[in-house]
Amino acid sequence: MRQISFAVALNEALKEEMRRDPVVFVAGEDIGKMGGLFKVTQGLLEEFGAGRVLDTPISEAAIAGLGVGGALVGTRPVIEFQFLDFITIAMDQIINHAAKLRYMTGGMVSVPLVIRAPVCGGIGLGAQHSQSLEAWFVHVPGIKVVMPATPRDAKGLLKSAIRDDNPVLFLEHRRLYAATGEVPSGDHMVPLGTAEVKREGSDVTVVATGRTVSLALAAADRLSEQAVKIEVIDLRTLKPFDMQTISNSVGKTNRVVVVNDGWRTCGYAAEIVASIQSECFYDLDFPVQRVCNKDAPMPAAAALERSLMVSEEQIVAACSAAMSS
Amino acid sequence: MGKLVPSLDWFRRMCLIRAFEREIHVLNKDGLVSGTAHLYIGMEAIAVGACAAMADGDFLTSTHRGHGHCIARHLDPARMMAEILGRSDGYCRGKGGSMHITDRSKGVLGADGIVGGGIPIAVGAAYGLRLMNKSSVVFCFFGEGASNQGSFHEALNLAAIQRLSVVFICENNQWALSAPFVATTAGGSVAKRAAAYGIVGEEVDGNDIDAVFAAATRAAGRAREGLGPALIECQSYRWEGHSIFTRQEIRQQEEIDDWKRRDPIERCRRKLIETQMASAEDLALIETEVGAEIARAAEFAKSSPNPDESSALEDIYA
Repeated sequence: MRQISFAVALNEALKEEMRRDPVVFVAGEDIGKMGGLFKVTQGLLEEFGAGRVLDTPISEAAIAGLGVGGALVGTRPVIEFQFLDFITIAMDQIINHAAKLRYMTGGMVSVPLVIRAPVCGGIGLGAQHSQSLEAWFVHVPGIKVVMPATPRDAKGLLKSAIRDDNPVLFLEHRRLYAATGEVPSGDHMVPLGTAEVKREGSDVTVVATGRTVSLALAAADRLSEQAVKIEVIDLRTLKPFDMQTISNSVGKTNRVVVVNDGWRTCGYAAEIVASIQSECFYDLDFPVQRVCNKDAPMPAAAALERSLMVSEEQIVAACSAAMSS
Repeated sequence: MGKLVPSLDWFRRMCLIRAFEREIHVLNKDGLVSGTAHLYIGMEAIAVGACAAMADGDFLTSTHRGHGHCIARHLDPARMMAEILGRSDGYCRGKGGSMHITDRSKGVLGADGIVGGGIPIAVGAAYGLRLMNKSSVVFCFFGEGASNQGSFHEALNLAAIQRLSVVFICENNQWALSAPFVATTAGGSVAKRAAAYGIVGEEVDGNDIDAVFAAATRAAGRAREGLGPALIECQSYRWEGHSIFTRQEIRQQEEIDDWKRRDPIERCRRKLIETQMASAEDLALIETEVGAEIARAAEFAKSSPNPDESSALEDIYA
């Protein structure tokens, strides 16, 4: 099968959905002529024109409102925040409006809105361009949160997100944009809310999100040299998440490590750990381990940045700890 | 829904708003209102005059003080009242309350509990409608307090640069809860802020329904010709406190009395009689009919059942 990059896979999903449905449009900063800071929207302006590919002013609240209002009257906006950090300026529209309107109107309206944003550090941009804020959004009822780990899922999940009738926050790890992998051409869909077992194993389950999936797979390779068999689950959708796949795996391995490259305290991993604790308690042979970024703003210096972020070594260590008794 | 014509219908709508709000006061005293409500009394000419300029297929976004816009757009007072009492026959099945009454089928995209929250949504709605080749205009109501929110400036800029069909209607009722307009709003005028965005800005007497209608009609007409948005600042006053929840009143009684002498309904009544459009008796009859309609609405709302507890977890998808 052909190999394309994560960014190209996203671009393909956008183009296919825009060709399929004339009410899909994209809007954001520098997404038109420039094709987006990370090239995800390249070529859209040329194919679909300025009406459906809107270069906006630097006005995050207005961009989000454009999405909510557009969705309310029957279009399917896909809005982009150049960095997830910038969504802080648009929080009213997302938390108080997009997430609430269907419920608040007793189901009268829905908000088919996709919010795309690059997430997490690792490229030296410092504390205002490196945050993993997924825990904020999974906390609020009314927003689906998706985080693909591979080009294949990037395409399939984005297409599903665009066809979903509810707001979806679509998080793209910026260190994955250049990653390549096999991606089916044409109408390849991945349903929201389903995890994938990326590697089967019988000793420890590693539940990972986004870029940490590849770190977990590398850790599993390394541990296999010591005859430790790691099962790696890519959650793919952070909310609603696929507890069944986790439970099935924990029932088999009895040991779990949860990995997420957001902050640890009240972070995304905490919810998964708590759910495993309450639903799989009698299957567990060892306390559930958690590997997260350290609780500090992201520094710019590469050496410092590395020291705060989830690493393959930390996952190996957590798996070894889980196997220690 | 037909377009309102300058006639007794306007008078009736304004009376309906006032009677509705007075009934909310009564229901609140009886302990029946679920939460709070922000009453529109004194500002009736803005909602009715502006909505009279709306055509079928047009939309509006409203505010926390939204009952007037809903009634002006012919929503059913009985179902509105049921919503305010938290009953199952309410527009939002009791889940929205006073601040979130919505009826998409009549173009009401929703009242909004966040000051300035509806302004970018109006712009988004206009963008979406243009994308679908509709000639609709979006009427965006907000208070003068909202004109100091960043969302106001972001939205006006985007609407102007995109020449979107939005009529921004600022209801300047002089007070943002306890904050007087003059103490919080630099430049002393919301309408003049339009100049910064290169769009038409107009200030009108918001208690003069003909003036509001004329300004809204001009703005909507320009929008329909593709000439982009406009900003209308309607000077008015809320007679009641900020909400039925907010008991303390820091405004001077003299100021309140002064504005009550400029009652938009009495002005309309005088004009209708002077121009021989109606007799005093005709108008009194309308008021009697309105009173009966509101009494029926209150009975309907009070007899509407509470929502079933199971509905609290409906419409949850994530």
